[in-house]
Amino acid sequence: MAILSNAVEIADAGAFSVGLGSMVLIKTLTASSSGTLSFVHGASSVVFDSTYPIYKFVFSNIHPASTSYFQVNFRDGSTAYDATKTSTSFGAIHAEDNSTPSLAYVAGSDLAEGTGVQRLTTGELNSGNADDSLSGHLHVFNPSSTTFVKHFISNVNYSNNSPASENSYIAGYCNVTAAIDAVQFSMSSGNIDSGLIKLYGIKDS
Amino acid sequence: MAVISNTTTIIDAGAITSGSGAMTLIKTLTASSSANLQFLNGTSNVVFDGTYKEYQFHCISIHPESDGEPLTFQVDTGTNTNFNIATTNTFFRARHNEGDTISSLAYVASYDQAEGTAFIRMNGGVGNAADECCSMILTIHEPASSTFVKHYTFTGNNYQDNSGSENLFSAGYFNTTTALTRIQFKMGSGNIDSGTIKMYGIS
Repeated sequence: MAILSNAVEIADAGAFSVGLGSMVLIKTLTASSSGTLSFVHGASSVVFDSTYPIYKFVFSNIHPASTSYFQVNFRDGSTAYDATKTSTSFGAIHAEDNSTPSLAYVAGSDLAEGTGVQRLTTGELNSGNADDSLSGHLHVFNPSSTTFVKHFISNVNYSNNSPASENSYIAGYCNVTAAIDAVQFSMSSGNIDSGLIKLYGIKDS
Repeated sequence: MAVISNTTTIIDAGAITSGSGAMTLIKTLTASSSANLQFLNGTSNVVFDGTYKEYQFHCISIHPESDGEPLTFQVDTGTNTNFNIATTNTFFRARHNEGDTISSLAYVASYDQAEGTAFIRMNGGVGNAADECCSMILTIHEPASSTFVKHYTFTGNNYQDNSGSENLFSAGYFNTTTALTRIQFKMGSGNIDSGTIKMYGIS
């Protein structure tokens, strides 16, 4: 946007960016019966390189087409989303009928040097009700490093198929020294019926 | 600043701020075989006072010189340099090693403090192989309060020296009503070989 006065440009696009805070919205993807949602550096205005030292994905009301896990994978140079990962997984659950409150490690959602998808939930999202959804976030640290592993931490809350509130904490590292240049989200079964994923960069300077 | 055309104010001061982010980068420190990294209010453009209600420290790819040493931090008041404010905190973590033989979620009593004044442990030992590091986010609330204790939380992920992933959670308070003015990060022993710590104010 530029601000013009009598055809004279007073302020150009970006002129105010210095004062706009350090969290910069890079891209919003909206699911509509989507098999995957992918953020690829250099495509569709996505930046996912050394421009920012930390990137944050924010999930808003992810609604699955089928009862399934929400998941992510990372691309480390080729076209495949198959970066090697070691991760931890735990969650808290409390059912709507006040039963089964728990806090536990969930081995089914961790990886030990796995290249497959990384679950971001310890349980399955419920698809049966129109108002069931997931919201939360994922941080990725220093994805463009060619020296270090790439750490990620995630926290989401969702209505599972009990029905219950389930709060999942998934974290780990991509055990690669190649840069991570793309991130892809999907469900373990069926499409992402609806929802938003926003990618932010946390400014370096 | 206002943008004015022919005496008509088009955009008033502050008009742009309604769409602004709440994070302001205050200072970046980069380790290079550094014994410690510290942020001192009023020094080198560091603001660590009542300007912001909340401060965040982003510790990015912290790599130790010595294998298995944790990243730690402590704070101090005024112009004191002892970095030994009494703290009481909690600490729990999830672990999973690359060999898939260890997976756990547990409170770690040996990492917490009860009115202790030692540097606060942020993780288990960080590996020092070339690609190993930790990344953490520390938040300190209202450090300049002269009424209340000062709460903090941190979370992050660590590549442990035993080749595993460690997801860390801690929270506590500095049990003082004196304003905090400074914070120091260092490894349990040895230097911070490399890494960056960025300080943000949250408004």
